[in-house]
Amino acid sequence: MTLLAPTGPGQPPPAPPAARSGSRRLLPYLLVLPGVAWLLVFFGVPLGQLAAASLYDPSGSLSTGYAMTWAVGNYADVLQAYWPQFLRSFGYAALALLLALLLGYPLAYAIAQKAGRWKNLLLVCVVAPMFTSFLVRTLAWKTILSDNGVLVGLLRDVHLLAPDGRLLATPFAVVLGLTYTFLPFLVLPLYASLERLDRRLLEAASDLYASPVRAFRRVTLPLSMPGLVAGALLFFIPASGDYINAELLGTPNEYMVGNVVDSAFLVRLDYPQGAALSVLLMVAILAMVFGWLRGAGTEAVR
Amino acid sequence: MRLWRWLADRWVMIVALLVLGYLALPILVVAALSFNRPSSRLSYDFNEFTVDNWRRPCATSDMCDAVVRSVQIGFLATVVATVLGTLMAFALVRHRFRGRSAINVLVFLSMATPELVMGTSLLALFVSAGVPQGFWTVVISHVVFCVSFVVVTVKARLAGMDRRLEEAAMDLYASEWQTFRRITLPLVLPGIVAAALLAFSLSFDDFIVTNFNAGTTVTFPMYVWGAAQRGIPPQVNVIGTAMFAVALLLVGLSSLRGRRARRTAAPVGQVEFGRDAGTR
Repeated sequence: MTLLAPTGPGQPPPAPPAARSGSRRLLPYLLVLPGVAWLLVFFGVPLGQLAAASLYDPSGSLSTGYAMTWAVGNYADVLQAYWPQFLRSFGYAALALLLALLLGYPLAYAIAQKAGRWKNLLLVCVVAPMFTSFLVRTLAWKTILSDNGVLVGLLRDVHLLAPDGRLLATPFAVVLGLTYTFLPFLVLPLYASLERLDRRLLEAASDLYASPVRAFRRVTLPLSMPGLVAGALLFFIPASGDYINAELLGTPNEYMVGNVVDSAFLVRLDYPQGAALSVLLMVAILAMVFGWLRGAGTEAVR
Repeated sequence: MRLWRWLADRWVMIVALLVLGYLALPILVVAALSFNRPSSRLSYDFNEFTVDNWRRPCATSDMCDAVVRSVQIGFLATVVATVLGTLMAFALVRHRFRGRSAINVLVFLSMATPELVMGTSLLALFVSAGVPQGFWTVVISHVVFCVSFVVVTVKARLAGMDRRLEEAAMDLYASEWQTFRRITLPLVLPGIVAAALLAFSLSFDDFIVTNFNAGTTVTFPMYVWGAAQRGIPPQVNVIGTAMFAVALLLVGLSSLRGRRARRTAAPVGQVEFGRDAGTR
């Protein structure tokens, strides 16, 4: 290449070599081939297999083998039997998301706009819980919420809790656990979009006599929408599929869809039922993801 | 008005610190419980101070076996996922080719799929294909959910890179390979390292996908899950605390290195940090 001519900032970047050999055009395909093959074989094909398993003859069993009978009735059966757990999954995840937004928005905002030189330290504090095992942390909540614990004693003393009232083994414990587990996933994308927020826009709003609340509603909140949507998805998807919090902090009355799927596949060995519930969860999540992304997309344009 | 705003400012920070306290609380409890002699195997309450758990962390030997197995699985899954994901990221950022957007969708889908669905679908595949479940099916399944995170992390680093540095190298008669070795790779490396660390922590901590594909293989999270039913040995908290300390140490060291690099900035680093500062 003869590139002795000065290429100043005003000039266009040098054009790529005109003649591209065949191997060069193949390069991107060679680069993606192993990864895509892995994802197709161990992600795409299994999803198809799961969908197929959800339509197996429900009277079969693992030892005798399942016959493919296109038993669409499996879906009606699982919805009829497990609709409470299904609704509970989305209800708990939605409640936890609401709680996480109330806790996470001020946190993300404070780190992005108010922390100054402490910013990096506070960010480490947000991800710090992930440094240790998620199950061990969930078990720690068992200690914190224990009937003999300080917290329950305190709440009983100030009569916020009846003398025999409990925190553990209640829906409250499960929602609190879900909020705790997935809060960092909400805070990080939110932080990323709040960090880019131009403070001059807020100053302009207040110059134009907007109250802080109004400035927040009309400037900060809309500008943080991409991070908010991304964070909400990253929070909601794992939260609705989680069953560890329900198992460790709740009782069978708090079981979510994951608990049912776990027992269908690993205890009762009823594959068609477990598969049908999994597929339903996947469809519900995908519908939500695309609905949300679409809504957020149009909002970002506005 | 000014007082109100001063209060409003502090109000946000105070709430933020309280929320950080909520996030930190279980870690403090885990650390405290690592020094606990529980009154019974099923008790979760603090009973009596002891350092026995730290002196003999492997008193229950199957727990330490599980930790070692988790490290092995994490290592293998990280290596495979990092290689596959990095190659994909390079192709997706640096090349325009047919099928590129379909691959982006595939990566996004694998991230948007709940672990529950991923775990059960792999179980359905392995069972119908007659593959016995165990160590290797866990490794395979971990690679699946790690790859997409590697792709996204390395992509972000690549996209933020200044192409002019590579052009400058080529202008100075560096061959394509030399440019890659001396310019591209060192600049992308922090992204690849971050992706690998993320993949390892995802794999090490995974429970749901593992639970469906492990057969009788026991990883550390699987051990904790089983123990939660039978009674938790306090050494579990020793492992939890030690993991936390090691991760914190790594973060501390890397931030120290970053600070030193900034001070004695090498030419390449200077350009990079200059650009970072500019975008902020």
